[in-house]
Amino acid sequence: MARTPQGLVGAEPDPPFEITFDGRSVPALPGQTLAAALWGAGILAWRTTRDGGRPRGAFCGIGQCYDCLATVNGEPNRRACLVPARPGDAITTQEGHGHDRLAV
Amino acid sequence: MTASPSEPNNEAGAAAAPGPDTDRHSGAPYDLAVVGAGSAGLAGAVTASELGLAVALLDSSPQSGGQYYRHPAPALGAVRPEALHHDWSAFTGLRRRLAESGVDHLAGHHVWSVAKEADGTWTVHALTGPDGCDGAPVRIRARALLLATGAHERQLPFPGWTLPGVVGAGGAQAMLKSGLVLPGRRVVVAGSGPLLLAVAASLSSAGARVPAVVEAAGYLRYARSPRALLANPHKAVEALVHGAALARHRVPVRLRRAVTEVHGTDRVEAVTVSRLDRDWRPVPGTGRRIACDAVAVGHGLVPQIELATGVGCATRALPDGTLGLALDGLQESSVPGLWAAGETGGVGGAELARTEGELAGRAVAARLLGRPGGAGPVAGLRRRRDRMRAFADVMSAAHAPGPGWSGWLTDDTDVCRCEEVPAGRVREAVAELGARDARTVKLLTRAGMGWCQGRMCGTAVACLAAGGATPEPSPERRPLAVPVPLSTLAALDGATDRSVDSST
Amino acid sequence: MPTRETSDVIVIGAGVVGAACAHYAALAGLSVTVVDRGYVAGGTTGAGEGNLLVSDKEPGPELQLALLSTAMWTELADRLPPAVEYEAKGGLVVASGGTGLDALREFAARQEKAGVVAHEVSGDRLHDLEPHLAPGLTGGFHYPQDAQVMPAHAAARLLHAAGDRVRLAPGEEVIGLLTGAGGAVRGVRTATRELHAPYVVNAAGTWGGAVAELAGVQLPVLPRRGFVLVTEPLPRVVRHKVYAADYVADVASGSAALQTSAVVEGTPAGPVLIGASRERVGFDRTLSTEVLRRLAAGATALFPVLGAVRAIRTYPGFRPYLPDHLPAIGPDPRVPGLLHACGHEGAGIGLAPVTGQIVAACMTGGEPPLDLHPFRPERFDATAS
Repeated sequence: MARTPQGLVGAEPDPPFEITFDGRSVPALPGQTLAAALWGAGILAWRTTRDGGRPRGAFCGIGQCYDCLATVNGEPNRRACLVPARPGDAITTQEGHGHDRLAV
Repeated sequence: MTASPSEPNNEAGAAAAPGPDTDRHSGAPYDLAVVGAGSAGLAGAVTASELGLAVALLDSSPQSGGQYYRHPAPALGAVRPEALHHDWSAFTGLRRRLAESGVDHLAGHHVWSVAKEADGTWTVHALTGPDGCDGAPVRIRARALLLATGAHERQLPFPGWTLPGVVGAGGAQAMLKSGLVLPGRRVVVAGSGPLLLAVAASLSSAGARVPAVVEAAGYLRYARSPRALLANPHKAVEALVHGAALARHRVPVRLRRAVTEVHGTDRVEAVTVSRLDRDWRPVPGTGRRIACDAVAVGHGLVPQIELATGVGCATRALPDGTLGLALDGLQESSVPGLWAAGETGGVGGAELARTEGELAGRAVAARLLGRPGGAGPVAGLRRRRDRMRAFADVMSAAHAPGPGWSGWLTDDTDVCRCEEVPAGRVREAVAELGARDARTVKLLTRAGMGWCQGRMCGTAVACLAAGGATPEPSPERRPLAVPVPLSTLAALDGATDRSVDSST
Repeated sequence: MPTRETSDVIVIGAGVVGAACAHYAALAGLSVTVVDRGYVAGGTTGAGEGNLLVSDKEPGPELQLALLSTAMWTELADRLPPAVEYEAKGGLVVASGGTGLDALREFAARQEKAGVVAHEVSGDRLHDLEPHLAPGLTGGFHYPQDAQVMPAHAAARLLHAAGDRVRLAPGEEVIGLLTGAGGAVRGVRTATRELHAPYVVNAAGTWGGAVAELAGVQLPVLPRRGFVLVTEPLPRVVRHKVYAADYVADVASGSAALQTSAVVEGTPAGPVLIGASRERVGFDRTLSTEVLRRLAAGATALFPVLGAVRAIRTYPGFRPYLPDHLPAIGPDPRVPGLLHACGHEGAGIGLAPVTGQIVAACMTGGEPPLDLHPFRPERFDATAS
């Protein structure tokens, strides 16, 4: 059998639930952060940068680098590597500062 | 510098401080606030509590353990979390003592500032929630403070390092330990420092292919200090364990090499690995392409000390070019009443952190209870600490970035990830505009002014500012240790004061 | 290491005022060495918001300086690279009560006689200028001459644009003044060498008093601390420099106690800058959470939308403060060859060009653009009249 992280620690998690990324369904395990659920689905980027529009996702994994900022349920700039996934969470690719609606 | 002439010195402060409050009426300050629930903070908190102090233990994570003992949330049902850890029982021992103690463990508390009040007590300001966005700010008062805030990973930029799929080595490790996920299927592990071996071993045990561990340093420098090595056999054992795992999974370790370019448009497809000369300058023509879908990079750790430097604690330059807190023999900083333990005084690993935490816990108790804290255990702890510190210094010197590393940095490589500042702009500020230090470069380029406040780019900017010379480390100024909503700042008067009695 | 150790002028201080002095001296044909114990913009300049204001100034000598300098900044904006981020954004002073608005009206009327342009804005039109302003404000005044630059680049680019005549000696602290016959200045001593010049300009900002002391004269520059709060990057949410009416009174006050008034403005880079606090606590850099509380409360009262926005950093700066709130500009009659250009308090970025022009004129026999008597450096001597 292929080695997996769950196999390594003998994980017997509670049943998975669904979150969405740009409308697409992504499975998440209870206890995982948003970033972990996205990585689990092979998604490595969920925002674009302010100047260059370049894709970014989790980098430091411990809440220090702020590269993983995500718009979660409409709220921008949440650190996806820290925020636990909850059933129904909607993550949308955050463009730049994430505050476009404040622009005058 | 920040101490006023009227500030009590150690002796006077100890004499003036009343003993622990016996009838802990509501609103009484804690005896000790510990920031950070990793090895050092846990050891400090349980030790002080067992000696009779009222202790609050604040940590940003939902679970104790810090980065080293980061582990899956209970809902993930990990039966063998120890499979991802060295010396797991050392942690579970501390965790059990924490559960049995009277320590108020305040999980999910992000400390953004600490302040010394006029009466000599400390105020600790924290945000709450998984990422500090729950909007319920908390304020804690304590008569002594122990900072065990650990470290963050040191990064050196290289072309392509902002592509999705390039992640911190410690980041890959953290995501694996807590979320049971991998950044890719073929992961090149690169950078410098002993953490790389641990990360490569974990990733491959969890099912990733690791086509290479790319280490910029040689390991020969360890051999120059045989006494420190012989005195620390546990470190050799740890390295052997990782080495065995790497051999089992056929992971080659390539010394004196670095990833000098990442290929791919929207995510990683391959890397180029080049040989380095003694100064870490890439040797032209030695580049070799390795296919992979992720890269885990890191160059050791940087002590996280901004809460301490914000109140004026003195620092010391460490052999690897980072700054740690200057601490006395009993872990107290230059600011009376503020102790520190673990990586804040210099990166040295979990066992050293535990030892220093216990030492600090005893020292705080001795001060507040007005009696010396058991000469026997303290002397033994000090000896162990000194032995492990000596080894840590050898290790950190071996992995200090060589002066030639910026040879792999093209002008269009972003140095500052947050503000997207390319190396060329930093070089221009140095060559044309008179910047010679990281602070001036920051003023002129915005490198280090973004969300992470220079945690990711600080080392690189300091090196580039020094223009090839060894940069003189200077404390980063981060008066806000984490971002704080303006509404929270505006309502500070109404913050919830947590005191000894208010916990359930 | 510079090989040329002699120049026409030595400027002490590479902040924006020193940079402007060097710039205009070089334009006048002089060779200049700028020496600083730190690097470019390392002192108060680097901690400033970059305000070029006329709106906060009482009619009088400082306002005269500001009007001249504001005009010079528009010319510099064309000449310096875009990195200085010159923005003719205008200021907006708002009042929350009837008496506050009356006071603004009276103030603006006096300013207009001195050459300031100010337009009254009724309460119901404030949102045309600033859509996110809190409801219920009584009205305010729009000052189109107010502008902003990025202060560190202002200093760096003024130095750079002056070309080869300006030589930079960063990382060297001046530890003594060299004097010759009759006590006239002939250069400075640093830790490693002597630099020679017939003129020395004290542009050491908040540390100008210490430089004066090296020359054996008194100049009572004191630090007046201010914190700036910086938000996360945002789109343009604040168009002008917006401040509450009580700001003017705080600027003019000499009190040592903490004063705060809300000052809010956006930047081209994204973050919103929030000030302003004033207190005299020496050079203490320790964070004051009480100051942050008041700044945040003031800013969110003006712009409630900022409540959910996060502050990502804050820093203190030390305004160079002279007891009468006027800078010291011009030759020091007590020490031939020594000129002062310091003590601009919170207005140094705005007043830098005119200060540089005056200093250059004094050294080349030119005519200063205004009467220098109010700014004479020796005015604090007990015997001076």
